Amino acid sequence: MFGDYSLGDLGSIFVMQGFAGLILFSVYVLMALGLAIIFGQMGVINMAHGEFMILGAYVTWMTSNVFQSYLPGLFSGYFFLAMILAFVASGALGMLVEWVLIRHLYKRPLDTLLATWGLSLMLQQAYRSVFGAREVGVELPQWMLGSLHVTDSIEVPINGVFVMCLTVLITLSVAYVMYMSRWGRQVRAVVQNRIMAGAVGINTEKVDRYTFGLGCGIAGIAGSAFTMIGSTGPTSGQLYIVDTFLVVVFGGAASLLGTIASAFSISQTQSTLEFFMSGSMAKVLTLLAVVGILMLRPQGLFALKVRK
Amino acid sequence: MSDEPNKGLLSPLRRKLLMGMAAVPAITMLPRASFAQAPATSAVNTTGLAVTDTEVTVGILHSATGTMAISETGSIEAEKLAIEQINAAGGVLGRKIKFIQEDGASDWPTFAEKAKKLLVNDKVAAIMGCWTSASRKAVLPVMEQYNGMLYYPTFYEGLEQSKNVIYTGQEATQQILAGLNWIAKEKGAKSFFFIGSDYIWPRTSNKIARKHVENVLKGKVVGEEYYPLGNTQFNSVINKIKLTKPDVIFTDVVGGSNVAFYKQLKAAGIDLSKQALLTISVTEDEIDGIGGENIAGAYACMKYFQSLDNPNNKAFVPAFKKAWGEKTVIGDVTQAAYLGPWLWKLTVEKAGSFDVDKIAAASPGVEFKGAPEGYVRIHENHHLWSKTRVGRAKLDGQFELIYETADLVEPDPFPKGYQ
Repeated sequence: MFGDYSLGDLGSIFVMQGFAGLILFSVYVLMALGLAIIFGQMGVINMAHGEFMILGAYVTWMTSNVFQSYLPGLFSGYFFLAMILAFVASGALGMLVEWVLIRHLYKRPLDTLLATWGLSLMLQQAYRSVFGAREVGVELPQWMLGSLHVTDSIEVPINGVFVMCLTVLITLSVAYVMYMSRWGRQVRAVVQNRIMAGAVGINTEKVDRYTFGLGCGIAGIAGSAFTMIGSTGPTSGQLYIVDTFLVVVFGGAASLLGTIASAFSISQTQSTLEFFMSGSMAKVLTLLAVVGILMLRPQGLFALKVRK
Repeated sequence: MSDEPNKGLLSPLRRKLLMGMAAVPAITMLPRASFAQAPATSAVNTTGLAVTDTEVTVGILHSATGTMAISETGSIEAEKLAIEQINAAGGVLGRKIKFIQEDGASDWPTFAEKAKKLLVNDKVAAIMGCWTSASRKAVLPVMEQYNGMLYYPTFYEGLEQSKNVIYTGQEATQQILAGLNWIAKEKGAKSFFFIGSDYIWPRTSNKIARKHVENVLKGKVVGEEYYPLGNTQFNSVINKIKLTKPDVIFTDVVGGSNVAFYKQLKAAGIDLSKQALLTISVTEDEIDGIGGENIAGAYACMKYFQSLDNPNNKAFVPAFKKAWGEKTVIGDVTQAAYLGPWLWKLTVEKAGSFDVDKIAAASPGVEFKGAPEGYVRIHENHHLWSKTRVGRAKLDGQFELIYETADLVEPDPFPKGYQ
């Protein structure tokens, strides 16, 4: 397959392929982080995760429209505000959902699967009624389009670099919140032993609500960022949900580090395989590998050791 | 006591009077001079369809909910507009068209169920509907079993022909071959890279395209890649494209993947004004989601563009926008869906009957001179003779017409040498 190409060509392709893998890795981490918190920490199987992401995307779209009509001078910076708004909107919806629906189901976690699946259908139809069935195009500021010319043959997509930086920033913030802050300690205490946590004076209901809200808010940011690389329509969230669960389950549900490791291994496997064979085949082989490893290690790559 | 019998007498009388008033349409069943242009129902409807002296019922069967609503919304709008216009122009055989809309909900068994409901319970005279091949395949046996008439709007892979279906979109050879010929001649293209979503339409289309490139154009296919429906990451395949440096990227990626593909292509620094790209799956509808700036310069090959400059289209586009909003765009399939009710009306008038068998027999040769795409005619194989056009995408999301075939292209759903 490589006979016809010069060494220089191959070298730059390998560099770009490396970047392609890293970008896929960042995308996976970004979409899985929110779910890792909700599913990993709280045990809620949130099938509506994709819809929370798309809410973020729609918020971004609306923000871009507002800026275009009223503040065209500041358009080049709207994306940062849009991400904050996306976090707030998705987070607020998440807390509402937790209060109305999820908190009644903590004792039967499997039922959250059905409840949130129904929720995802409702949200999809709501988006369809409010924003229309057609996809919307989110216009990006000029500086986010195109690629960086590193050399003549090596080009790195700017939006990919943006997603990478964003992922690092959000991962570090989540790690800080979960492992360094007082609130993070409360969350982990509730996860490990809800009754004891309550007994020592932690308001477990409040912790649950904010944790769920945080997970959904991060999903909103992810959705906002993905307007750069994907589509924004009522059902676009469905495109992400399988990969998201794959990353979280493979990583070991309760571990943030596991999520990152799993995103890394899946994305590298997939992007390398995609280069050497057709996209569909690459997906099949990746999934087979994941299934194989999960059969040997049902708890996922990293598992929290807890006394049950 | 004395009032009771009176009431009993009066009330049937009253009821009769009321019934008489409600049954005014029924009276017109009698042959009358004033209704000369509307032939008697008994004469035009011998199979018990939902045809009265003033109305005829048709069905609209598309996904208004679920994944496919993105695409099928335009078709629903076009069909409703056509029906409204036909009614304003006097209807079909003097009868107004009434429609019953059912939702296929992007679920193929639901399509079959709803088609059966429309045919068996509602006795509709025709169904305008389906979008994906999967939904059509699900509906086809129902149409054949209960002898219905389906007007199917989407461009599709061919390899099908039924007495009970009129295909108002193009089949694959009609759509693809002229476009490939054009780009080979215009750009001197010799090497092609195919990329598509992984299901029947792209695979069949690419098979036809590959045979054409290799056998007729004497070119080379340097890559053929398929990605699962809904895939959102194309960086690896874009690197492969960069490595193989094809003259033409030929794509039939659909749905949300489409958006991701073009955004990432642009982000990877592939400039579509320099790198020729020919797509058969992007209409104005899709560009709405992709964003004009991400796809400007790409070539699309189909039979209709909103920007077509002809008198029919100049009347159609404003009428559509007036009905459905100034921002609505009209893609190839939307236009093809608009043809359905009109072709049905013309066929009914040619046959002088609503009977499905007579319509099926009368269809070949029916011509529609008012089609926004220009002129179309139904072929013996129930597909349409139509021109194929190549357009170049512009920043504003519209296509600029670059090329059109001189003559109508013959539909050939079972192409010899391409299977």
